Amino acid sequence: MPDTLPEDSIGIVTSQTMHFDTSLALTCGRRLDSYDIIYETYGTLNADHSNAILICHALSSDHHAAGYNSMDDRKPGWWETCIGPGKVIDTNHFFVVCINNLGGCKGSTGPASINHDTNKPYGPDFPIVTVKDWVESQARFADKLNIKTWLAVIGGSLGGMQVLQWNIDFPERVKHAAVIAAAPKLTAQNIGFNEVARQAIMHDVDFHEGRYYEHNTAPRRGLMLARMLGHITYLSDDAMREKFGRELRQGKISYGFDVDFQVESYLRYQGESFVDRFDANTYLLMTKALDYFDPAADYDDDLSKALSHARANFLVISFSSDWRFAPERSREIVKALQDNDRDICYAEIEVPHGHDAFLIPIKDYLDVFGAWMKHLVSEVSA
Amino acid sequence: MSTLKNSVRPDLQTICEWIKPRSRILDLGCGDGTLLAMLKKERDVNGYGLEIEISNIVKCVNANVNVIQADLNAGLSGFDDNAFDYVVMTQALQAVERPDRLLNDMLRVGREGIVTFPNFGHFRSRLQLFFGGHMPVTPSLPSKWFNTQNIHLCTLQDFEQLCIESKIQILQRTVVDRDHRTGLGMKLFPNLLGEVAIYRIKNH
Repeated sequence: MPDTLPEDSIGIVTSQTMHFDTSLALTCGRRLDSYDIIYETYGTLNADHSNAILICHALSSDHHAAGYNSMDDRKPGWWETCIGPGKVIDTNHFFVVCINNLGGCKGSTGPASINHDTNKPYGPDFPIVTVKDWVESQARFADKLNIKTWLAVIGGSLGGMQVLQWNIDFPERVKHAAVIAAAPKLTAQNIGFNEVARQAIMHDVDFHEGRYYEHNTAPRRGLMLARMLGHITYLSDDAMREKFGRELRQGKISYGFDVDFQVESYLRYQGESFVDRFDANTYLLMTKALDYFDPAADYDDDLSKALSHARANFLVISFSSDWRFAPERSREIVKALQDNDRDICYAEIEVPHGHDAFLIPIKDYLDVFGAWMKHLVSEVSA
Repeated sequence: MSTLKNSVRPDLQTICEWIKPRSRILDLGCGDGTLLAMLKKERDVNGYGLEIEISNIVKCVNANVNVIQADLNAGLSGFDDNAFDYVVMTQALQAVERPDRLLNDMLRVGREGIVTFPNFGHFRSRLQLFFGGHMPVTPSLPSKWFNTQNIHLCTLQDFEQLCIESKIQILQRTVVDRDHRTGLGMKLFPNLLGEVAIYRIKNH
């Protein structure tokens, strides 16, 4: 718990909830008749609503992107590195919005919410939601805030996929777009990792076909395994070697199956702490949204065609050691944008941190991102 | 990849004059984006720069120039045939691993290419090598032999020989000195008096 909050933090922030009564038709063919969206905003919306920036979150994050919800919070929001007064996404100039996507577990309607048809939690009956559905729900949300056009839509990883989808579905509503550590679709290897994670959850004896809420339990071991696996893939081999090497926890090998190596201890800790803050059904849904994302599929598998109506100026960033969303995948996005004569800055940041680099304060990354955002500041004040 | 970091760039004005308005340009090794910014302003081009140095990427963003971080030694395989009207490469040819392959790739991606490089046949280089017996260090080539990025220096004659061997047609050639001047002497003896060579080329 911090006694005082850092000066460059937005400070104490409060989540808000918006209720929607208009039915949302989903890609899977089902509908959500009514739903809630929980969100946070930072900074002030200007008179002509021209300074609004949407932040799209990744697999395991949520609407709490910056600041602290209370003085008791141990950690700030997930993108405190980039959002705040004087930071890259400068809340002195911009009105920053981050919402928890549908299917989430932090306050927006999701599998743990009560299904009013049954008066029980949805559980496995919650419909499969896609990136396209999220973008549709985000657009409706923007309508309610009277934001016609986003000054920028920004996201990393699964968030970057939402940014792409915005430029396909609502190109006229996005002026600038930042796609960070993303991909135009997952590779077979990536889907493979997601499937192992899902199997770990679904094979947990406490899963109860996804109705574990009704049994007052949760598939903790499965979710923990899923997170441990995910965590390995978000780091690079070098980053893990650097962080842990073969360092032993007790200084000697135990010749047993308890924790010997520091890396085992770290992964167990990451897995266990994740279980306390995340819902297994949401994890299943989010990984499926990742797997299904392939916007080019509707355009003869031609990403250039999919992005042919995009009007935004783009920033695309990848990280050299990110093997889950490798630079090659970002280059596919860049190629498609360039085929459409879009304005682009593409940077491939040389770092050892792996996929998680997009959350870390890395100088080169923040320099490029910051320089690109500076142009947006001048657009707002102009 | 710029090698003339602290000196003027006499080649840029000439390139600007050669390029048709509203063309689509790819600038290989675009540095801080000076040329593209100039072409955008004076020729209303739609251009992209390729650059390897992150500090230059930031400068390009500041200059509002489209930039894609890339290593020229990896080739231009990510670009379609004839995707650009011109592919430009200023002062970088001599610093890449395989200038011959990159030239071919340039002319695959662009309908025309514009290349500039420091002329190693300039009399100052010749004098230093002949009388001094050491590798030339000149205002155009300020680095020492051990720390230079220029691993494939050539003369006008060498370049033109490569063009013949690679079936590349030379459309236009100019040589200038550091002050962007060209003169009768340089016209008569370009390989001896020209400091920077500028070529406009295409495939035969």
